[in-house]
Amino acid sequence: MPALTIEQIHQRLTEKFGNAAGPLAPPKKDAFCVFASPKVVEICRFLKDEPALFFDFLEDLTATDHPKENLIRIVCHFYSYRHRHSFIAKIELDRSNPEIDTLEGVWKAANWLEREVFDLFGVTFKGHSDLRRIMLPDDWVGHPLRKDYTESGGYRGISNIRDNPLDLYLSMDRQVRDEEAQAAAAAAPPAPAAAAAAPTPATPPAPAPADAAVKATPPTPGT
Amino acid sequence: MADNQPRDFKGYSHDPGASTALVTTSTSVIEDLINWSRRSSMFYLLFGLACCGIELMQTGGPRADLDRFGSVPRATPRQSDLMIVAGTLTYKMAIRCKLLYEQMAEPKYVISMGSCANCGGLFQLSYSVVKGVDKIIPVDVYVPGCPPRPEALTEGFLRIQELISREKLKTKMRPKRPGTGSGYDVPEAA
Amino acid sequence: MSLDQLVITKFGSDANEEMILNMGPQHPSTHGVINFIVHADGEIMRKAVPQVGYLHRALEKIGEIVPYPGYMPYTDRIDYLAAMFANEGYALAVEKLMGIEVPPRAQYLRAISCELNRIASHLVSLGTMAMDIGAVTPFPYALRERESINDLLESLCGARLTYNYHRIGGVAFDMSDEWAPLCRSWLDHFEKILDEWDRLISFSEIFLERLAGMAVIPLPMAIDYGLVGPNLRGSGLEFDLRKDHPYGAYPDFTFKVPIGKAYGGTKRGAAVGDCYDRFYCRVLECRESVSIVRQALDKFPPGEFMAKVPRKIKPEAGEAQSRIEAARGEMAYYVVSDGGERAYRVRARTGSFLAMGIIEELSKGLMIADLVALIASLDVVAPEIDR
Repeated sequence: MPALTIEQIHQRLTEKFGNAAGPLAPPKKDAFCVFASPKVVEICRFLKDEPALFFDFLEDLTATDHPKENLIRIVCHFYSYRHRHSFIAKIELDRSNPEIDTLEGVWKAANWLEREVFDLFGVTFKGHSDLRRIMLPDDWVGHPLRKDYTESGGYRGISNIRDNPLDLYLSMDRQVRDEEAQAAAAAAPPAPAAAAAAPTPATPPAPAPADAAVKATPPTPGT
Repeated sequence: MADNQPRDFKGYSHDPGASTALVTTSTSVIEDLINWSRRSSMFYLLFGLACCGIELMQTGGPRADLDRFGSVPRATPRQSDLMIVAGTLTYKMAIRCKLLYEQMAEPKYVISMGSCANCGGLFQLSYSVVKGVDKIIPVDVYVPGCPPRPEALTEGFLRIQELISREKLKTKMRPKRPGTGSGYDVPEAA
Repeated sequence: MSLDQLVITKFGSDANEEMILNMGPQHPSTHGVINFIVHADGEIMRKAVPQVGYLHRALEKIGEIVPYPGYMPYTDRIDYLAAMFANEGYALAVEKLMGIEVPPRAQYLRAISCELNRIASHLVSLGTMAMDIGAVTPFPYALRERESINDLLESLCGARLTYNYHRIGGVAFDMSDEWAPLCRSWLDHFEKILDEWDRLISFSEIFLERLAGMAVIPLPMAIDYGLVGPNLRGSGLEFDLRKDHPYGAYPDFTFKVPIGKAYGGTKRGAAVGDCYDRFYCRVLECRESVSIVRQALDKFPPGEFMAKVPRKIKPEAGEAQSRIEAARGEMAYYVVSDGGERAYRVRARTGSFLAMGIIEELSKGLMIADLVALIASLDVVAPEIDR
């Protein structure tokens, strides 16, 4: 069971498919080749069924976002247990409308991998049996792993900002001081003992927010 | 007013405020009995979400044993009175966390275990992590660490026991906004 | 209209035979926060649909924001039970991009820490599997041994669970002089514990009856769905990255690769690729890991524990993939660099993610209690799925 090199595998592909299997990229650490988008399922089926290649393991199916080239590249890693060789292929999709046929018919492992790419990049896989979000809640807006994704300030009312606790304590101290000043001003004519009894026997100010004994800070407005 | 006078946290509507070890309040004998029985058999909800969940498991395990305090893990919130939120809370899980908290019966306590539950931890840059579990449920004790050692969680547990030992029958030391149940707004679950 | 008729007109004719139950994200037996929507007809399931994402912490996006060395603690959280492997995978990918050669002592330290972590991870897996089946006793036994491993790794790198020990170019700290004898004495003790484990639970009659012949995954199906690691080896394929595409110090060690051979015994209807095979493969892997650590401690080379790396890690533009044999299977890291200080894309493809895809298919016809056994035998953890 000979393990073929990447060049030999690429040669087989170009013999069968010509230009649809693009040229082998210069080996920047890991060489890859770019498939033409309409013929992807055909090429992948050939990769899986051809006895000399026999890529039976779809190792990874992921994507990278390139807004400067207006492309989303789907990256597939294939591996063959029979021959112990591997291959990497990329498929370039238009970023404004990324659509490609599903590879689920070729490898069942593509089911969940494509769902993840759909969720995080927004690539539609035509013919997928169950294309819906997998990592994020179903009513999430946006595709986070795109480069131009910005957070939308929380989810369903839970904000995504946490105030600095020191600011919180300072504002609480200010509030208390204001109220005591008001109470002192209002209670100046009556007996001063009544004003002095206003602070209830409560806690001394907590020393540090990281202390495990500090009780919950009150909710910040807007959370 | 000198600055080291005890202050009330005016954010709460009526409660005397937080619990640190320096406060002493007097409890009657019946309250002592009830507090003792409550703190000596705290059943905690197994709410291990992430890495802290493994340390929670190890704390319940053979070396640092939580069972010696009478505390056993329960799988359902209906039978537990302590919720140890161990791990990162994501937005997807936050609604379920709130639901589980509501399903617990009073008196209930919450330990926020680990950095992620305290404040979002090292995931401040993440788009899907709730920055602290006290955005949705009230927390009694925060245990710092990433993950906290079993000894640290045991310390947090002992602080909850101290909290309980100071409770009075009529009032419970928990922040409440007037008119709502547990005090925080529920994000509407669709 | 009676209630039955109302239900039938609204939901269809077999509506009152199928219950849709929620084995919800907070559950003692789903390994982490995973949700299963179980369509059950009484006790037998029609299918169980997993819903994941409750622990999606955006680790891949953070990889684009945080510089290369600073991402190491985040890789711990990709799989916190086997954090050393995740560290090593990322370090290997970036080292491949930079062309850094790791010194042999560092490779041995990596191998030792990884194999100890493999034992720790398998202990949790085996213990929780026994607990899910109903045998509560083996779980504290496993945790007790895991505490000793935590102590050893804590004296090596300072942390009990999320180690952040490997660095780009080597490891963070060297082994102290007392560590090797401590480790050896613990390994001697642990081999006896493994024998005790076999006597306690592995060959227990009830355990075998529950697991033998259950949820058999034939090998072509396992490969097609992309199972890796002990799941794949339990279906009979002898493939281990440490032997077939060795990396690091593994070419220097000799060890066996346990594969599934219907260990449950054909009397009980066991077949290659059932739950018991995957369970017992992990027990045997613990033994092999013990032998690997012993060999590594014997052959331990002197030298540097960290290569000379530039102050700022700025690989040239390109991409690299590294594959390691983690505790839950093959973890493949794919790092794309654009020449800057931060990665352009970090991708960690983990074994548990692909294992979830097979559950819906396998769960047809199983009972709900068998679903628990199936999930436990596949050894999924939520952070690997959700990242």
